[in-house]
Amino acid sequence: MTTTLANRRRPARAGGPERGRPAGRSGSSASRPGFVWALPASIFFGLFALVPLIAVAVLSFTRWSGLGDPKFVGLKNWEALFADPVMLQSLWLSLLFIVLGIVTQTPLSILLGVWAAGNQKNRAILSAIYFVPLLLSSAAISVLWRALLDPNFGIPGQMSWLFGDGNVLGTQTGAIAVLIFVGMWQFTPFHTLIYQGAARQIPPVLYQAASIDGAGTVRQFVSITLPQLKNSIITSVILMVVGGLTTFETVLILTNGGPGTGTTITAFHMYQEAFRRFDFGTGSAIALVLVVISTAISFAVVRVSGYDKMRSSMEGL
Amino acid sequence: MKTRPNYLAGIGAFIWLAIVAVPLYVMLSATFQTRAEFGDNGPLSFPTSFTLQNYVDAVTSGFGRYFLNTIIVTAGVVGLVLLLVPPLSYAIVRSESRAATAIFRLFLLGLAIPAQAVIVPVFYLINTVGLYDNLLGVILPTAAFALPICTIILSGTMRDITPELYEAMAMDGASPARSFLRLVLPLSKGGLSTIAVFSALQAWNGFLFPLILTQSESTRVVTLGLFNFQTQFGVNIPGLLAAVTLSMVPVLLAYLFARRALVQGLMGAGGK
Repeated sequence: MTTTLANRRRPARAGGPERGRPAGRSGSSASRPGFVWALPASIFFGLFALVPLIAVAVLSFTRWSGLGDPKFVGLKNWEALFADPVMLQSLWLSLLFIVLGIVTQTPLSILLGVWAAGNQKNRAILSAIYFVPLLLSSAAISVLWRALLDPNFGIPGQMSWLFGDGNVLGTQTGAIAVLIFVGMWQFTPFHTLIYQGAARQIPPVLYQAASIDGAGTVRQFVSITLPQLKNSIITSVILMVVGGLTTFETVLILTNGGPGTGTTITAFHMYQEAFRRFDFGTGSAIALVLVVISTAISFAVVRVSGYDKMRSSMEGL
Repeated sequence: MKTRPNYLAGIGAFIWLAIVAVPLYVMLSATFQTRAEFGDNGPLSFPTSFTLQNYVDAVTSGFGRYFLNTIIVTAGVVGLVLLLVPPLSYAIVRSESRAATAIFRLFLLGLAIPAQAVIVPVFYLINTVGLYDNLLGVILPTAAFALPICTIILSGTMRDITPELYEAMAMDGASPARSFLRLVLPLSKGGLSTIAVFSALQAWNGFLFPLILTQSESTRVVTLGLFNFQTQFGVNIPGLLAAVTLSMVPVLLAYLFARRALVQGLMGAGGK
């Protein structure tokens, strides 16, 4: 994060040399808003997002059942957590979900995004349909898929050659496969959008040059498109990691963590400990694990994606 | 832009279209069938009867109330976002103070704070101030978690306002507040509508905060209503799917009218 102030202040459109500020620094700063403009939003955000980050660390050393005041118990919750086989399993499951999510969604989104970046007419209509799952709540999507996969009334009953006895959510493998598939159904549109935006910015001259050299479509895709999409791939994968780590509604509604603890990922385990067993201390400790992992990832997001260079998000549309 | 059609991606695109569209079709066709017919013929068959009873069932099971609650939450969240984000983005884009830079970094970091990570303290906080089981208690944290992405989107828009315009305002002796009202806000209309649509979508689809912070029927929102229906009407799948369909209607309508604002926001969310 060594982006300089001068770089940040440069207006997005100024591709050329930076324009000097007329009337000098002191003259123009009279018309600049002070820090106080940022205060209301910052205080509000601090109260609900940043202070709780500290509070969750404190609560992880306490015992609290939701009634009365939290009691300090030292490292007890942490000891219990390290000895908890479900916690360890939940971390592995989270990792599995993240990896499978990346493996299934990335190639598809790149393919769709590059295709949608082209300029044929019907693409606009089709991409409008593609985005529909993105608009729907995770709750609606999960309830929909649970109904579609119902062992008695759903699709598996009609396609026994594919689904066997029809109880897809009854086995761990089946439940994981369903969660991965539903995640793909829901989030591929979003990642497609990222790649679509990026593919539109690849200079056409690269393809023209490749065509003259006799490179075919596949060759162009591998040698030009993929390398040009590198930054977007990184951004998209990081977002998938964060998203995968915090998947919650889908697990709660589709599998309720089961069968057994077969799909109890870390975020869901936290919910169970805190809000079903009313052990808010342990819940906080698990939450803190989530905080640490996601903060590390968020640093990576800021660094890799170029967000802090503050480029305009409106370009290329 | 490529000159040759990309057949591989084209085929993939059509396969994916089927995967996206078929479940949505099955959902819709199920909602217009009677329970008996749906049970006999299965979800993939074409409907032979037509009934609106499933929608009647869904609405009479309290969905009207849930909709009203979701509308209140959504309006509250959008209101707060539109009140808080523009001054913040203005300060981030125009202020010379180092603190503004630091704050922007903080909001960037906030992008990846998962709501699950802070839900216990938020629950504690909302309980302590007496807003548990109150829609305001849902609105406040939902709005707070919408702030980072909205700030990034809006400051991106405001960055496109050229310095010359500010200078012209300054030469006329305009104060920062006057520049904000007369120059920045009118020129940021696109970004403002994007963050309004975007935060509305987040609020409308929100699940975790209502799940944890409300309890009673009178504060239940649509997403929780669906979750509840699943256990309540487990075997009445057409009824359940009618409720799912109803929950989607407002979002799909909004998408029709605000597609551009939404797609811009989402592209902004992904970075380049």
